[in-house]
Amino acid sequence: MTGVLLPPPETGAMGGRAETPPAPSRAVLAQDWRRLVRLGAVGAFAQVFIALSNMPVRLDERVVVKPVLSLGYLTLLVVPFAAGYRVGHQIKREGMPVYAAGAHEVAGGAACGALAGGGLSLLAVLLANFDLREPLVNWSPMLAELLAFGNATWFAVVVWLLIGAAIGAVGGILRTLGPRTRRAAVTMALAVAGAAVMEPLVVDLAEGMRLEALTDRLYARRGGVNWTSALGLAAGSGVLAVLGRGRIRQARAHIASLEGAKRNRANSGLIVLTGAALIILPLFAGKLTNELLANVGLFVLLALGLNVVVGLAGILDLGYVAFFAVGSYSAAVLTAATSPRINPELPWLVALIAVVIITGLVGLFIGAPVIRMRGDYLAIVTLGFGEIIRLLFLSDWLSGWFGGSQGITKIPGAGIFGLTSVAGTDPRRVFYLVLAFCAIAIYVSWRLERSRLGRAWTAVREDETVAEAMGINTVNVKLLAFVVGAILGSFSGAIFSAKVGSVFPNSFLILVSIVILVVVIFGGMGSIVGVIAGSAVLIGVLGGPKQPGLLAEFSEFKLLIYGALLIWMMLARPEGLIPSVRRSRELHQEEMAQDAWLRGQVEDDDGSGAQAAPTP
Amino acid sequence: MSTDQDGVAATPLLEMRTVNAHYGAVHALRDVDLSIYEGELVCLLGGNASGKSTTLKTLLGMLKPTSGEVVLDGEIVNDKPTSYRVARGVTMVPENRRLFKRLSVRENLDLGAYLRSDTDGIAADLERIFELFPRVKERLNQKAGTLSGGEQQMVAMGRALMAKPRVLLMDEPSMGLAPALVQQNFEFIQQIHEAGLTVFMVEQNANMALSIADRGWVLQTGRVVLDDTAENLLAHPDLRASYLGQADT
Repeated sequence: MTGVLLPPPETGAMGGRAETPPAPSRAVLAQDWRRLVRLGAVGAFAQVFIALSNMPVRLDERVVVKPVLSLGYLTLLVVPFAAGYRVGHQIKREGMPVYAAGAHEVAGGAACGALAGGGLSLLAVLLANFDLREPLVNWSPMLAELLAFGNATWFAVVVWLLIGAAIGAVGGILRTLGPRTRRAAVTMALAVAGAAVMEPLVVDLAEGMRLEALTDRLYARRGGVNWTSALGLAAGSGVLAVLGRGRIRQARAHIASLEGAKRNRANSGLIVLTGAALIILPLFAGKLTNELLANVGLFVLLALGLNVVVGLAGILDLGYVAFFAVGSYSAAVLTAATSPRINPELPWLVALIAVVIITGLVGLFIGAPVIRMRGDYLAIVTLGFGEIIRLLFLSDWLSGWFGGSQGITKIPGAGIFGLTSVAGTDPRRVFYLVLAFCAIAIYVSWRLERSRLGRAWTAVREDETVAEAMGINTVNVKLLAFVVGAILGSFSGAIFSAKVGSVFPNSFLILVSIVILVVVIFGGMGSIVGVIAGSAVLIGVLGGPKQPGLLAEFSEFKLLIYGALLIWMMLARPEGLIPSVRRSRELHQEEMAQDAWLRGQVEDDDGSGAQAAPTP
Repeated sequence: MSTDQDGVAATPLLEMRTVNAHYGAVHALRDVDLSIYEGELVCLLGGNASGKSTTLKTLLGMLKPTSGEVVLDGEIVNDKPTSYRVARGVTMVPENRRLFKRLSVRENLDLGAYLRSDTDGIAADLERIFELFPRVKERLNQKAGTLSGGEQQMVAMGRALMAKPRVLLMDEPSMGLAPALVQQNFEFIQQIHEAGLTVFMVEQNANMALSIADRGWVLQTGRVVLDDTAENLLAHPDLRASYLGQADT
């Protein structure tokens, strides 16, 4: 008998094969057809969806590898690849035969990929024969042209089936590779993709370091990695990956296995290195890079603040933008000469103290009623308060103070002890300012997490009733989380207003709250490193609510990508990109302890209740 | 830890004087009088919705009485928050153990000592808990939610003991446990009590509770209907009929 892995009809003829211990690969036609068709259909749907969202056309301008691949085509190729790779996934069940990957996976991948690509074939036919403009307004007429590579419709139909099959087969082939080869292949692909994504950054840095000759060779004149350089890059990184043989992973495991003082030393070494790099890098970077880094930093600050509220204390705050807004506006009012009602024109640092106090108080006022609620209700109320704050700044009633929809303009830059003034015209200084505050925020979060208050937050997050029974004043503790979060957010606000030079109510839409929350969830709730990584990926690469990222072309599809990333995240890594280290280490130890326990369980366990034999 | 074992002190450690409590309009406790003396092991019996858990909540300050007084060591603590009472030695082991499931055993124990700042005392108490429950030490870095029921019970007791209680309030220690574990659990309670701790437990399993308790009360729809020694309660015909069940004889 073969296992449930194989559907009966096709395998009936070779039923006994799996009983031989060194399991060979499966026959080409012994596919799990139901699964294959389901994945293919999902892929086809995704293809059509992506095509109709107009991503392929809009992103066609951004060249990844010159002249063969644009970001637009890439969005269409990702899906058959993923489907082809996924369909070859084999669940290793204990006691069931394990098959080596081979022609079966490649054929399955090709079939699945062809199905996914078939979605585009179907779309090409539909576009040619029906008027789809009315309900589906997003796609542009260029889509049909792009799908057919400038040829007739029948060409599109055939070519997308073939492309899908080919790319799906590539996904299948990836399954058949040994771990080392696969790692090399993935590294090669990532190196090229990374070089393409980082293009603006690399070019900018190269200019600063006078290495234009290098980037001129690497990148084509109008964007994109030259195909020759792409090949070179892939070869180089492939060689490195083979030579490295996962040394990075080993090093990380090694650091993770270190104990006490050694571990601390390794960690502080890493922190110092990162810090030094972040201080030195901007010196060579131009406006673009510094602007990008400053934006990422602003969101790191915001996300760290929200992380205290959501990640540590477990309060789902959907209106966090309120504190960003209050921080920005109070800094603006206190420093700008043009502020309508009061304009003390305080120096920025002095104003900052007032800003912190004001935002802390606002946090207290908003928090006090909100904190008594739990779960969904709390989330909805915070959502409301986030909007209320924005509407107050927008209102005619307070326009005498905050300028209504005109906002406050001509906000001076942030003066630091009269030494320098940091304004948006010099993004490098802005970045250094942001970096300093990020360092403060990281240190504060780090200390808080390990403090008594941090423990109380954890307890409240896990079980509020029991936390109260342990003697934790849950209301105070939660309020403190709100206030700390508000203050960290106000830093970002104060820098933001000095950087941009003006504040308007519509800079503080709900969207900002959502983006910050997505950053925190994506990066890993409760994890400082995760939050920073989340900001770097989401804000740095995709862009913030109004700030362009490295892939500026994505701006109008940003929310779509955010959503897709979140869904993928919830399915694949619900704990976030870089989960709290302490937490994952614990999890790991626990698994090992449990395995050991399971093995020795039968003899020594008397407390598990499994073999409870009550005496009557 | 108090070692006053021989006899009963003059003032009760924890006391309820004609306490009434409401959930909204519902009258949950009616003129309840209880007194727990230092070194005693006492139990409060009652069926579902008789007000047992409400009594615990009121003692711990998670519910404010509408009238009457909760007295802790001679001081009326009606208006004092839970943290105040926990700091003065009232600690609860919640119903169904309620560990912080996603936290490690160590973190659970640390949270038990949340209000304490005497590092040496905490370390000493931790050692005592390891002595009492060696298994807890083995599981220290494991997530509490992955422990077996019996181990979770030990951690729950350990967590409560970390608060250095003078009186331990136990909410239904037999609930949700296999019969052998219930037995074990009551042995733990007895052990802790013999080490000098005052224990007040709330139970549905009257037989079990009375077998180890000194005194007990029976609560019915929020009113104390019986107040006697354990032996007398065990022999009481009404109690036999309503709580112990006929099959147990």
